[in-house]
Amino acid sequence: MTSPSHAILPGRGGMFGTLSDALWRNPRLLLFVMLAPPLLWLGVIYLGSLFALLAQSFFSIDEFSGLIRYEWTLKTYAELLRPSNLDIIARTVIMAVSVTLASAVIAFPIAYFAARYARGKWKALFYLGAMLPLWSSYLVKIYAWKLILAKEGILNWIFAKLHLTALLEAWLALPVIGGNSLSVSYTGTFLVFVYVWLPYMILPTQAALERVPESMLEASSDLGASPAQTFRHVLLPLALPGIIAGSIFTFSLTLGDYIIPQIIGSSRLFIGQAVYAHQGTAGNIPLAAAFTVVPIVIMGFYLWMAKRQGAFDAL
Amino acid sequence: MQTAVAFSKVSRHFGQVRAVDGVDLEIGEGEFFAMLGPSGSGKTTCLRLIAGFEQPTFGHIEIFGETAEGVPPYRRNVNTVFQDYALFPHLSVADNVAYGPMIRGVPRAARMKAAEEALELVQLPGYGARQPGQLSGGQRQRVALARALVNKPKVLLLDEPLGALDLKLREQMQEELKTLQRSLGITFVFVTHDQGEALSMADRVAVFNHGRIMQVGAPEEIYRAPRSRFVADFVGSSNILPPEAVERFAGRKAWASLRPESIRLAATGGRAATVLGHSYLGAATRLTVDMDGQRLTVLLPAGADVPANGTRIEIEWKASDLHVMEDDT
Amino acid sequence: MRSDRNARAPLGLKIAAAGGLAFLHLPILLIFVYAFTTEEKSYQWPPPGLTAKWLAVTWNRPDVWEALGLSVRVAAISTVVAMVLGTLCAAAVSRTRFFGRETISLLVILPIALPGIITGIALRSAFNIADIPFSFWTIVLGHATFCVVVVYNNAVARFRRTSSSLIEASMDLGADGFQTFRHVVLPNIGTALLAGGMLAFALSFDEVIVTTFTAGQQATLPIWMLEELVRPRQRPVTNVVAMVVVLVTFLPILAAYYLTRDGDRVAGAGK
Repeated sequence: MTSPSHAILPGRGGMFGTLSDALWRNPRLLLFVMLAPPLLWLGVIYLGSLFALLAQSFFSIDEFSGLIRYEWTLKTYAELLRPSNLDIIARTVIMAVSVTLASAVIAFPIAYFAARYARGKWKALFYLGAMLPLWSSYLVKIYAWKLILAKEGILNWIFAKLHLTALLEAWLALPVIGGNSLSVSYTGTFLVFVYVWLPYMILPTQAALERVPESMLEASSDLGASPAQTFRHVLLPLALPGIIAGSIFTFSLTLGDYIIPQIIGSSRLFIGQAVYAHQGTAGNIPLAAAFTVVPIVIMGFYLWMAKRQGAFDAL
Repeated sequence: MQTAVAFSKVSRHFGQVRAVDGVDLEIGEGEFFAMLGPSGSGKTTCLRLIAGFEQPTFGHIEIFGETAEGVPPYRRNVNTVFQDYALFPHLSVADNVAYGPMIRGVPRAARMKAAEEALELVQLPGYGARQPGQLSGGQRQRVALARALVNKPKVLLLDEPLGALDLKLREQMQEELKTLQRSLGITFVFVTHDQGEALSMADRVAVFNHGRIMQVGAPEEIYRAPRSRFVADFVGSSNILPPEAVERFAGRKAWASLRPESIRLAATGGRAATVLGHSYLGAATRLTVDMDGQRLTVLLPAGADVPANGTRIEIEWKASDLHVMEDDT
Repeated sequence: MRSDRNARAPLGLKIAAAGGLAFLHLPILLIFVYAFTTEEKSYQWPPPGLTAKWLAVTWNRPDVWEALGLSVRVAAISTVVAMVLGTLCAAAVSRTRFFGRETISLLVILPIALPGIITGIALRSAFNIADIPFSFWTIVLGHATFCVVVVYNNAVARFRRTSSSLIEASMDLGADGFQTFRHVVLPNIGTALLAGGMLAFALSFDEVIVTTFTAGQQATLPIWMLEELVRPRQRPVTNVVAMVVVLVTFLPILAAYYLTRDGDRVAGAGK
């Protein structure tokens, strides 16, 4: 064992040694070096684009030339509040709420079983069971439903085999949610939305349930609560932040989606489709920008509410 | 004897908090030095100042006569045994121990040999191939010790080194650390909140409170002659008598400390007291008595007759055992 | 919470959980059947017959190969950019306490928390304003922006689990900043970075919404599929492509799961 005899050693020297010493002496410089690239990218490019877009919502479009007039005005927002556009917003919000509620109801038993009863291999299986659909291709999932909901597809075939075709037709005859066939009805749109966003609800709910300590449930039953009462008064309130965290995803994703209603659904527009149409063929960037403000405002409000419920700790 | 570590008027502030507040300190070469204090008293920050993880806000630090402020930890020939051991989980035990030599560019064969020697020193020969995760707490702590010692540091810093071990192992390690320090002759500085550990291991102890050093001295001196109420109470337990009572016994109006084991039951001629309660401790019995409104703790050796609660008794102590304190804190 | 030791799941719960899982997985399995159907003009169920000839047909389609090649190149470069940016950001946030940490986390999550169409249209209009022509690089720019978050989430989780005293121990033993990064930090966060990179790759490979706004004439594989979905022209080829996409995205996800399963919760919720 050779050992240096001085208590303070000379520096390593060289470029790296000098640089390392300099960064050690200036922790702020180190922080700056680490933060500069991501902040430049996200803060300047991304936020810059976002604000540029929002700024455009305060411009308007010249009705005759179709060109953007670069003057500050609220004209575009007045246009946004037309009844036809309000219809689009209401339709999208109602769909987002229904999808969120349905996802919560379907996700809870899966999350509850995975968190409370599954163990070992089963637990991993349940986890992957939610993870794989979450990460598998969005378009493939929609495509699968196009196959399922087609007139000649598997769902109609099953109804026919079960002699329930009349029931399906009665459902499709209902106003608003019905339509010529499932693939052009709101029911179809709703089914695909629920299917595509469901895993986003399962994982946070399961995580919240896993964090409820066993002793708390034992304490509840020790204090005389029936299993149903324990569920109602202990488990559900503790799982709620997880469900709210999941709902942030299902709600936000439904608000902004434009591909699902385009492929499976009626011809009436959702917010995402309206944005797409206005920026594309119509070339009305100001109105498209104003439309994007709607989900941003709704989500801002939603996130604020969720934060008050402590949902961020469950993310 | 050369000075290994010297602090002069060293302060370390974190915002409004004065973690270390004007500390003067000298640690001699080859000394086994303990920094003792409750949590948040600044003892660990002092250790980190020596290691170089913290820089003083004010003041001057020297290590073997060389200025230490502004010198990064990797250029100090000082090594640390961390409280959580901080063994690298991705390296084997041998690679952990050989980390320092590896960084210094020692060839593989030589540094593996050095690592094995260091492991022998801490009585873990042949453990090199294992992973840190396969070791018990006590073994991890020995590996951490070997990893520091292999570099032959000028000063070895130990941060609560025995805190995570159970009682039996702790006592055994205390002995081993002491023997190791004597045989290597390296300056050891260790931080602890356990006064028993500090008293039994160290050559000298510094007692910390609120970022300041309350007293520095040999263990016997600190125990027998605490300079302040804080030291008297923190190091061992003591009866602290207020100035009015002390005036009657010693003629001086100042706070005083009276150790429970120096109070005896007297047949006659002692001071009258009433027994309030007692608890059996095994090696001794602890009595709580009331003497003219002053509550006292008395430690009776095993085998002595224990008076029942409520009994009127007489107690006495040697005048020299009543230690009148200089400080008012 | 440990699983109930004595209790067994009520039958209703078992059925609901199994039903939910079936709802999640059966549609994907259906894709595998359709890839082998002999029917070319409709989505007929049950398939009138099974054949493997569409695999060969798809194999010989240059447009599919071109789209696949573009997707792989975009995903690879976006992943590299996202890994660098995400790791730097995670290191800064978890190693130092500084003013505005929360804001930085929010900034990283924003591109994925806001609906994709907003990110897409914002970038598109910014490219228009700055007069940047659409190209391979505009696609990468969009993808890297929303891929940062998955790398960041994985890295932050691992940094949180890695004791900060390891870095101090390394410096204490004589290693400077670079040596510590090379010998201690990198080996400890390596698998988390790899997992984050794989998830980023899968995310980019599959992305369509932002891509429709940031791609010019070029078609990534999802764009190719979207066109087929809107106007089906070659159903059998689409069926095969859908199956391949499922397989290609499953592999990195499974790998990422195995890389991070002890300890970190896989940052799946970060998608």
